[in-house]
Formats: sequence, structure tokens, C-alpha cells
Amino acid sequence: MGAVAKYFSDVYRALATAFVGLGVTGRNAFTKPTTLEYPDQRWTLPDRYRGILHNRIEDCIGCLACARACPVDCIHIEISKRDKEEYGLTSDGTKITQWIPRFDIDMALCMVCGLCTEVCPTCCLTMTKEYELAVTDKRRMYLEFATERDKEMVRKKMAEKEAAAAAPPATQE
Amino acid sequence: MKEWLDGVIAGSALLQGAPREITYFLAMVFFSLLAVGWMAILALSFVWMERKISARIQSRLGPVYCGGKFGWAQTVADALKLLMKEDLIPRSADRLLFTVAPVIVFLSTLLTFAAIPFGDNLIIANLDIGIFFILAISSLAVIGIIMGGWASNNKWSLYGGMRAASQMISYEIPVALSLIGVIMYSGSLNLLEIGRAQAGGFWHWNLFRSPFLFLGGFVYFTAAIAEANRTPFDLPEAESELVSGFNTEYSGMKFALFFLAEFANLFVISAIASVMFLGAWHSFLPWQILPGPIWFLMKAFSLVVVIMWMRWTLPRLRVDQLMQVCWKYLIPISLVLLVGLGTQMWVFSGR
Repeated sequence: MGAVAKYFSDVYRALATAFVGLGVTGRNAFTKPTTLEYPDQRWTLPDRYRGILHNRIEDCIGCLACARACPVDCIHIEISKRDKEEYGLTSDGTKITQWIPRFDIDMALCMVCGLCTEVCPTCCLTMTKEYELAVTDKRRMYLEFATERDKEMVRKKMAEKEAAAAAPPATQE
Repeated sequence: MKEWLDGVIAGSALLQGAPREITYFLAMVFFSLLAVGWMAILALSFVWMERKISARIQSRLGPVYCGGKFGWAQTVADALKLLMKEDLIPRSADRLLFTVAPVIVFLSTLLTFAAIPFGDNLIIANLDIGIFFILAISSLAVIGIIMGGWASNNKWSLYGGMRAASQMISYEIPVALSLIGVIMYSGSLNLLEIGRAQAGGFWHWNLFRSPFLFLGGFVYFTAAIAEANRTPFDLPEAESELVSGFNTEYSGMKFALFFLAEFANLFVISAIASVMFLGAWHSFLPWQILPGPIWFLMKAFSLVVVIMWMRWTLPRLRVDQLMQVCWKYLIPISLVLLVGLGTQMWVFSGR
């Protein structure tokens, strides 16, 4: 190509490419924005979304499977055997043989892997769709699920046991 | 302007009693404040437009909350923030030049508003050399920019100032050459007369009256964007290379002045383009449906939108490419167009 031809083809290419670019941006300006105005609008989360943990304590049988499955040991459970007449039933008919005076999950430690929910035999430990985990106080990330009733029962039992141990053996004779 | 003012004074009993000089002075103060206010409103709305347009081109929303709908008060809030900011002057900066620089840049833009016709006879100063005045005054801005770059005592600011100087001086030439075509064709430097000559439908506009003026319009538009330091020619403030160029060290009100001048400049180049090429305040049909100033503002604003559209489309040129575009392409082309226009006028109108 001669110098003159190149000169004019350069001018043409500069203009043509500029107009192609303007066409692309011009068309894009009239498409729907991809922005989601977050606090006002929200995403629809997938069914198996892994958010913060929740335990439906009335269905929990205190089997400790979740605490054993947890890779970071963030689930702390204490159990105490119920008497025969105190046995309860979960909503799916499993027998509850334990009092559960403590069922704590430290969400600050939790890595949200979901292993605990997979091993749960009664499906009472689940992952919610709650994803706004920020808190102003770290203690609020420590979730406690144990019911007052279970705590009270265990406290009563311990007191009975202590009373029995403290009583002089002479009275038993 | 003076005749109009004399008419107002003659018509009012209150003003007739006051000394002439004081009335003139007060009128001058009033109209310059009006021009400053108009410029501020323009700049604020252009910043808002720019943010909205860039957002839409990039599939975003832009400001949405401030002021209720569409974030219209966003730039007002930004301006208030700038006004309240601490006015820093670096310790090793040249205090006098550092303070004067933004004022010069601002003034050179503000003064051009005096000679822009917003409608038939709607002009602050009806100068016989209107377009020459605008070209001369708007090139003063380069002194302020290089002053700001030098006074900041900062390598990158100085680089920005030097780049601005070389760029603005180079691009003055194609701007002037492409405008000379219009001046030749209209036979006047007076912006009102150039505007009046384009009445009666878009085929009377200078842009469509001659193929040479049509191409000259494009040359003017390209060169004017470069002279106003807009992307793709924004080398003086190339963020990725020079932080922010000549205004890196500026903050608060001084920065606001630079910013205001930059965006008001957008309006000035669009206004000149619409007066010189796009029929000034005339509608594109032979009959004027809307008032002249509305046509004028519509033309100028759509050109501003085009400039913003280009800004968010084209990447920045390299320094050598910038000089190449000016000296190897725009100046020879505009010279050839001038010769062509002269031949056309000689052959067809015998002038």
C-alpha cells in the first residue's frame, strides 16, 4: 500500500472503529442495568444455600453426631440420661432419651461446611438462608439452643444426687 | 447591552435619579453573578449527567438516592462537601501561583460565556469579533493549567501541566482553521450574524451547506474535545499515569474551580459548535416551533451528551499519537478543506 493510500485508510479506520465502539456503548446504555439495589432488593437464594445454623431443639435427640462431625469443633453439647418415664418423641417419632442442658454453636468458629446437618438423624440441625452475619459484639455469634426446661431438669437431678451423696449413711440403715 | 441598559434607565424613575456610573456598576455585578450562577448550574448538571451516562453505559445505575429520585442532588451534595473541605496548600508550593492558577482557568471559561449567543439578541456582549474573542480567551486557560502544575512543586503535576500546554497549543490550530471556514462562508466574526445567516431549516445550517464545512464540523468537534482535555485526549490528567495531572495537589474550593471550569468548557465547545455549524437558535424546520434559546440549549446539550458518550467509549491516546492526530491529520485536512471551500465559493458565488 502506498503512503497516500495508507494515510486515507488510517483516517477511515480511525473513524470507523470509533463509530463501532460508540455503537456498542450506545446499545449497552439502553439495556437493563445489572445492579441489584441490595438492601432494598434481594437475591432469590438457592434451596441448598448454606447460611447461619439453626437447631429445632424440640426435635434434637442429643446424639452428638453433629459435634463429632464438626471439623472445627464449634458445636458444644452436654447431655444427661433421662429416666424411662421421661422419654419424649420427636416430630418424626424418634425416641428422645437425653436431657440436653447445653447445645451451643460458636458461629465465629463455624466454617459453614454443612457436615453437621448431613449427619443429623432427625434433621433438626439445619442451615438457614440467613447470610447477614455481621454483628457488633462477638458474643452475639455464640448461639445457645438449650431449653430452660432441660437445664432445670438436669439441675434438679444434680441437686438430688448431691443431696443423696451428702446424707449420712446411717439413715439408710 | 449598553443600549438596552440605557433604555431600562430611561424607563424607570428610580434609576434616573441615581448616578449613571453606579447603575452601570451594579448592573455589571448583577450580570456577572448571573453568569457565574448559570455556569455553576451547568457544571453541576453536567457532572450528574456524566455520572448517569457512564453508569448506564457500564450497566450500572449511578446515583439513585440523593435528593429522592434519580440522585439529582448528588452533585449539589458533592459541591457542598468540596466547599467545606480544608483548603490545603502544600508547604513547598508557590503560594501565589498556586492560588492564582484556578482563578485564571475559571475566568477564561467564564469570560467566554459573555460572547455566546443563547438566542437572537440574547447575548451578554454583542462583540463584532465574538468568535475571535472566544478563541483568544479560552486559550488563556493553558496559562492557568501550566501555572497550577508548576506551583504544585510535584513531578506529576508538572508533567500534566506540560502535556496540557503542548496539547492545547497544538489543537488551537485545527480549531481555528475549521472555524475559519465558517467565518469565510458567513463573512462575519460576529456570532449573532453567523447565527442569523443560518435561518430556515436544517439545509441552511453551515454543516449542510457545503461538503467542506460538513467535514470541517467533524474536525472542529475532534479538535475542540482535545482542547478541552476530555477523554480520549485527557492526557493532562491521565489518572493511570499522572495520578490526576495538574490538579493533583488541589483540594476544596480551588479544586472545585478547576472542576467547574472543565465542565463549563464542555458547554462552551458544544455551544460554539451549535452556533457555528448547527444553526444556532434556529429549529431544523423552516418555522420556529419553540423559542430560540430552547433550540440552542437542546443542540448544545445533545452535543455534550455525545462528548460524554465518546468519553466512556474510547481509550486514551498515547502522547505521540496525540501529536500525530493533530499535526499529521487534523491540520492538513483542515487546510485542504479551507482551500476546497474557497474554491467552491469562488466558483459558485464568485466571491
